[in-house]
Amino acid sequence: MPGLPGRRDVAVVAFAQTDHRRRSDELSEVEMLMPVLHEVLAGTGLRTGDIGFTCSGSSDYLAGRAFSFTMALDGVGAWPPISESHVEMDGAWALYEAWVKLLTGEVDTALVYAYGKTSPGEIRDVTTRQLDPYCVAPLWPDSVSLAALQARALIDAGDTDEPALAAVAARSRTAARANPHAQLSGPVPAGDYLVRPLRTGDCPPIGDGAAAVILAAGDTARRLCARPAWIRGMDHRIEAHSLGVRDLTDSPSARLAAERAGAFQQPVDTAELHAPFTSQEVVLRKALRLGDDVDVNPSGGALAANPVMAAGLIRIGEAAARIHRGASDRALAHATSGPCLQQNLVAVLEGES
Amino acid sequence: MSRTATGKEPVAVVGIGQTKHVAARRDVSIAGLVREAARRALDDAGLDWADIDAVVIGKAPDFFEGVMMPELYLADALGAVGKPMLRVHTAGSVGGSTALVAANLIAARVHGTVLTLAFEKQSESNAMWGLSLPVPFQQPLLAGAGGFFAPHIRAYMRRSGAPDTVGSVVAYKDRRNALKNPYAHLHEHDITLEKVQASPMLWDPVRYSETCPSSDGACAMVLTGRAGTARAPHPPAWVHGGAMRSEPTLFAGKDFVSPQAGKDCAADVYRQAGITDPRREIDAVEMYVPFSWYEPMWLENLGFAAEGEGWKLTESGATELDGDLPVNPSGGVLSTNPIGASGMIRFAEAALQVRGQAGEHQVDGARRAMGHAYGGGAQFFAMWLVGSEPPPG
Repeated sequence: MPGLPGRRDVAVVAFAQTDHRRRSDELSEVEMLMPVLHEVLAGTGLRTGDIGFTCSGSSDYLAGRAFSFTMALDGVGAWPPISESHVEMDGAWALYEAWVKLLTGEVDTALVYAYGKTSPGEIRDVTTRQLDPYCVAPLWPDSVSLAALQARALIDAGDTDEPALAAVAARSRTAARANPHAQLSGPVPAGDYLVRPLRTGDCPPIGDGAAAVILAAGDTARRLCARPAWIRGMDHRIEAHSLGVRDLTDSPSARLAAERAGAFQQPVDTAELHAPFTSQEVVLRKALRLGDDVDVNPSGGALAANPVMAAGLIRIGEAAARIHRGASDRALAHATSGPCLQQNLVAVLEGES
Repeated sequence: MSRTATGKEPVAVVGIGQTKHVAARRDVSIAGLVREAARRALDDAGLDWADIDAVVIGKAPDFFEGVMMPELYLADALGAVGKPMLRVHTAGSVGGSTALVAANLIAARVHGTVLTLAFEKQSESNAMWGLSLPVPFQQPLLAGAGGFFAPHIRAYMRRSGAPDTVGSVVAYKDRRNALKNPYAHLHEHDITLEKVQASPMLWDPVRYSETCPSSDGACAMVLTGRAGTARAPHPPAWVHGGAMRSEPTLFAGKDFVSPQAGKDCAADVYRQAGITDPRREIDAVEMYVPFSWYEPMWLENLGFAAEGEGWKLTESGATELDGDLPVNPSGGVLSTNPIGASGMIRFAEAALQVRGQAGEHQVDGARRAMGHAYGGGAQFFAMWLVGSEPPPG
C-alpha cells in the first residue's frame, strides 16, 4: 500500500539501542546515549553534520534537573549549530515531530533519540507527579496501582483472567530470549502480588536505557538502507485525564490513532506494543484488532525492557528492524504515555518486496 | 528523490489569545489559565473547540510548576480529548519552537487547523530554584538565569565599548511600551530613566529594573492554511519563514555574546522570507530580551546592526515605538515573563503587528515583523517572520 497521495515517502533506515539494565550508576545520561548515537549513525554512514533535523524525547523529572536534555545535546555534537527540537515525551513523539518535518520537504534526514534513567529515583513515586496536581497527585497513586485498577476492570468485564495475564508475561519473556538488549528474559516467575491483581511478573522491569532512529525520505532512504521501513501512516491521540471518566477496558485513542494511520486497511504481520503491564496488552489487542495470527512483541516488548521515555521509540525501532531484515512486511508500532494508556501513538511500517 | 513534496501549504495565524499576565493568578488553576488564553484565541479566529484538529503545547521545565508532563492533565481543559496533543520543551525558546512545530503540521498538510499554546504558572513553584537543583559533577547554575548571563553581558560591554547606560535605556523603553499593552505584567506608570538607573544591582551589570519579572500567563494561537484564512473574521498573519537552531552549552570557542546558532537561525529565516536587508525590510521586532542588555546584543546577532554597533542603534532611539526599527513594542520579556510562554508571546505579538491589531502599541503600517526566542545557555533559538500578505508562490 502506498502512502497518502502527494505525501512524501519517509522511512526508518536505522535503529540502535542500549542493553537495558537495572542500574547504570557509572554512566551519565550522555555517556549512556553516546554509543547508541554512534551506532545508529554508523549504520547509515552518516555523520552528525549530514543530518537535516534532530529531535529527542526525555524527562526532567527522571533526570532530577531542569533542562536535562541540554547535556544530551552536547553529546550529539551540535557544532556547527543544528536544526533541533525536543519533546518532553516518549521518543516516539519526537519521531512523530521529525516525520512531520520530513513531510514538509525541508529536510531529507532526521536523527531521533530518547533516553531515560529510572534507577536513580523511585519511578512509582515519580510518575505520580504526572497526575492532576490539585485533586489526584496529592494522593500519590502510583503507576502500578493505577494499572492494577485497569487490570481489575478487565477481569471484572470478563476480558481476561490472571492465568491469561501470566501467559502474556511468559510469552513476552520467552520471545525476549532472542533479544540481546532485553533486561528480563527467559523463565520469570509470576511472583507475588505487587498490587492485586497484578503480580511482579505482570509488571515491567525498572531500568535505564536509550535508543536512536534515523529517518530518511525517498531515494535518500533507499540509498541508506537495503530495505527501508516505510512509514505508511502515523497518528497519535489523547484521552481524558481523569480515570473516572474513562472506560479502562478499552482504548478509543489507540483505535482512532490506528485508524488514522491506516492500520486497518490491510492486516499487519507484526505488532510492537508499548504495554508495560500484561493487562495493557489485552486492552491494546482488542482496540487495535490484532488477531492470533499477528506476531505481538517479538522483541519481548516493555515487559522485557522498559526504559521510560525510550520504550515507545524502541517499539518503532524494533518493528522497523524486523522489516529491515525481512522478517516482516507490514508492522504496527505503538507507543503510550500517561496513566493507564491515556495517550497512544500508532505507526504503520512496510517493507517493499 | 523520487517523489518530492508538492510544495508546502502556506501557514497563517488567524487567532491570538493571551491572559493578563501577573505575578500570581491565584484565582485559576493551571488548567483554568491555559483555557482562558485558548478560548480567547478561538474567539479571535471565530472558531470553536471542535474546529481544532490538534493541540501543540509548550512550556519550560516541568519543575517550574512541579507537574511532570502537565499536558496529560491539561488534555481536557484544551479540548484535546480524541485529538493529537504534542508537548514541546526546548528551554526558553520553547514558546517559539512550539509555534513552529504547530506550523509544520499545517505546512506538511497533516492537519488543517491547529491550536498552539504555551504557558508558565510560576507562582505554583519557584523557577529560580527549579533551575538550581544540584547535580553531581556538573557546574551549578547558582541563583538562576541572571547569574549565568551577567558575565556574557559584561563581555559584550567590554568588546563593544558600549557606555554602561545602554541597558537602562532599553529597560526604560520596554517598561513604557508595556503601559500601552493591556496584557503586560508590569505597568509602572511612574517609571523614569533615573529610577531604572537607581534600582538595586542584582547581578552586575544587571539592575533590578533591567530584569524580567516572574509571571503567570499563557499565550495561544490558532494556525491554519489557505482555506482556513478565507473563513477567518480578522486579517491573518502569514508565516514567511521559520527556523530553529541549537548549539552546545559549553565548548571551546563558544561565543556567548553572539552565538553562531542565533546567526544561522536568522539567516535561514531571512532566506525563506527573501529578506536581504533586515534593518530596512522588517518593520517591527519582538525579540527575547530577559535582561536589558540583550537588546543591543541580539540586534547584532540578528543582523540589524554590525558587530559592536547594536548599542548605538538602541541609544539613537531607533528601537523606540516610533523609531524606524521598533523593538518589543509590547514591552517585551522585560515587562512580562511567563517563561515557557515568553517565546510564543514574541511570535504572537509579531503577528498582532502585521494584522494591525496591536492596539495602542501598534507600529504604524507594519507589514513584516519578526518574532524571536532563545533559551538554555544562549544555545537554543527559534524565530519566525510574519507578514500581512501571503508569501509569494
